[in-house]
Amino acid sequence: MGLRNIVVTLKVTPKPEEIRFDPVTKTIDRSKATNEINPADKNALEMALQLKDRYGGRVIVVSMGPPFWEPFLKLAVAMGADDAVLVSDRALAGSDTLPTSLTLARAIQRIGDYDIILTGEESSDGGTGQVPPGIAEWLGIPHVTYITSIEIIEPGKARVKRTIKGGYEILEVDMPFLASVELGCNTPRFPDFRRKRWAEREFKLKTWSIADLGLSPEEVGFKGSATTVDTLMELKPPERLRSRITGAPDEIAEELARIIRELLR
Amino acid sequence: MRDIWVFIEQDSGVVEESSLEVLTKAREIADARGYLVTGVLLGRGVRGIAGGLGRYGAHRVIVVEHPILESYLGEPYASVMGDLIGERNPDYFLASATRNGRDLAGRLAVRFRTGLQAHVVNLDIAEDGSLVGHVPGFGGNIVAVVRNVRGRPQMATVALGVFRPREAWGEAEVEVVEAKLDPSKLRARRVEVVRRGYVDLSKSRRVVVGGMGTGGDLTLVRELAKIIQADVGVSRPLSDIGVAPKDIYIGSTGVSLNADLAVIVGVSGAPHFVSGIRNVRTVISINKDPEAPIAEYSDYFAVGDLFEIIPKLIEKLRRGV
Repeated sequence: MGLRNIVVTLKVTPKPEEIRFDPVTKTIDRSKATNEINPADKNALEMALQLKDRYGGRVIVVSMGPPFWEPFLKLAVAMGADDAVLVSDRALAGSDTLPTSLTLARAIQRIGDYDIILTGEESSDGGTGQVPPGIAEWLGIPHVTYITSIEIIEPGKARVKRTIKGGYEILEVDMPFLASVELGCNTPRFPDFRRKRWAEREFKLKTWSIADLGLSPEEVGFKGSATTVDTLMELKPPERLRSRITGAPDEIAEELARIIRELLR
Repeated sequence: MRDIWVFIEQDSGVVEESSLEVLTKAREIADARGYLVTGVLLGRGVRGIAGGLGRYGAHRVIVVEHPILESYLGEPYASVMGDLIGERNPDYFLASATRNGRDLAGRLAVRFRTGLQAHVVNLDIAEDGSLVGHVPGFGGNIVAVVRNVRGRPQMATVALGVFRPREAWGEAEVEVVEAKLDPSKLRARRVEVVRRGYVDLSKSRRVVVGGMGTGGDLTLVRELAKIIQADVGVSRPLSDIGVAPKDIYIGSTGVSLNADLAVIVGVSGAPHFVSGIRNVRTVISINKDPEAPIAEYSDYFAVGDLFEIIPKLIEKLRRGV
C-alpha cells in the first residue's frame, strides 16, 4: 500500500529567547536572533520521513515566507525530503492565520496527489496552532491535532494517536487528512552529509508567487487578514524580592527551610 | 441585542473548568455593554447540567445532544457548531484555548472567513463593537493588542487559568436543539481512549517544579513536594523528552500557575517558562548558575547544586515543616 505525496508545512522561526523588544519604537528586533526550522515542524518532517521509509511515497515540504528561508528548506531536503516549495511574495506580508492557511492550502492543492499533510502543532513565535485546522477546512479534508504517531492500517486509512487532557486517544481517519504533530514526539534525524552537499549546491527548490496559486493581493497579507495588531507591549516581569542565598549547601538548606516554614505558617 | 457565544467544553458530562472561566469573563464584558451571553453545550445526555451554567454567567444555554458528541471529536463538533452559528449568526464566539478549543475554533474561523485571536490573556469589546484581545507571543513576554477587523462571529480562544470563574448569577434559560448528524459520514472515528491521572496545576496552592538541571530525575522533586504538600510540575524540555506528561509543564504554551508558593529547581528561566509563574505569590528557586535568568523572577534565589541542597532541605523540613 504505497502512499502518494506526504506534504509537510514548514516555518522558520527566531529562537524566542533571543528576541529583543524595543520599547520606544514598539517593534520586535529579530536581527540578533538565530533562525531555525520551527521545532515542531521538524518533528512533523521526521514523522513524514518515517512514513515514507515504511510505506513509500514522496515527502514534499512547503513553506510560506521570505527568500532567506531557502537554506532551511534545503536543510529539510538534506534530511530526506524529495522536494521543496517556497511560496514567497511581498503581498503576503502581514498575513494572519486566515490568509496563511489559505495560501498553504492552495500550494498543497497545486502540489496535488496528497494522502497525508503533516504540520507542527504550533509555531514557537506566534504559537496559535490555528493554521493546521484552517488548512484542512480550506481543503475540505478531515484533520486531527496534537498527534504523536501514525500507522497505516489499510489502503486509504490511518490510525493516529492524539494527546488529550490526562492521556491519549486513538483515532482512525480516512485519507487524505491533515494532522498536526506534537513537539518532541520523535527525534529528527541529522542530514546525511553527501545529501546535504547536494541539496546546498545542486537542488533547485520551487518558488511560487501568489499569482501561481491563483490568489490576488487582496486575498492575502494585511488586506486579506481578519485581525490587525494595534500595538505591541512588553510584559514587565512582576516585582520580586530577588534575594540571593549563597553559602555552603547546608547553610543554604537551613535558610530555605526557614523561609519555607515561614511561608507555610 | 448582541450575542456572545461561549463553547462549553465537556467530557462525558463533566464540564471543563476553563470553559467556566471564559463564561464569567464573557458575562462581565456583556454586562458592561448590555449584551447577551449564550453557552453552547454539545454532549450526550447533558441537558441536566445546562441550567447550572447560568450561575457562571450564561443568560441562556443551547444544548445539542447526540451519542457521538459524548467526548470531543473534531468533525461532528465543527459540523454541529458550524450549523448553529450559520443559523443564529452570533456576534462573538469564544472558546477556552484547550487542545479541543483550538482545534474547533481554528476550523470554524476559516469556515466563516472570520478573525480568530489565539489564547488571549485579556479580552474586551471596544465601543465600535470590535473584539480586542491581548495575544502573547514569542514565548509570552511580548503581547500584541489584536483587533478583529473582518468577519462574523468575531472569535478568540482564551488562555487557561487567566480569568477566575465566579458563581454570581442565576440559572440559565435552556434550549435543546436536535442534532443533525450522520455518523456514517464521519471520516475520523475514535477507537480507544487511555487516561492517566490528571492534576490541574493552575489550581494548585503549592508547586515544586523540576527542570533540565535535574537531569530528568524527579525523585528529589517529588520528595520535596510530598513534604510541603505540593504538586509537581516541570519545565517544557522535560515534558518534551518524555519524563513527564504534557499536562504538567509550566509556561506560555502550558500551564500558568496561580500558586501561593512555587519552588523551582534546575530551571534556567527562559521567557516561555517565566510567563507561567507571573501569578505565583512567592517564588523560590535553586540553580547552579548564578547568572541564570530565573534569579530575576525569584523572591529567593539559592545558588548551588540542587542534588546537594535538596536532600538537606528535605531532612530539615522533615524535622518539622
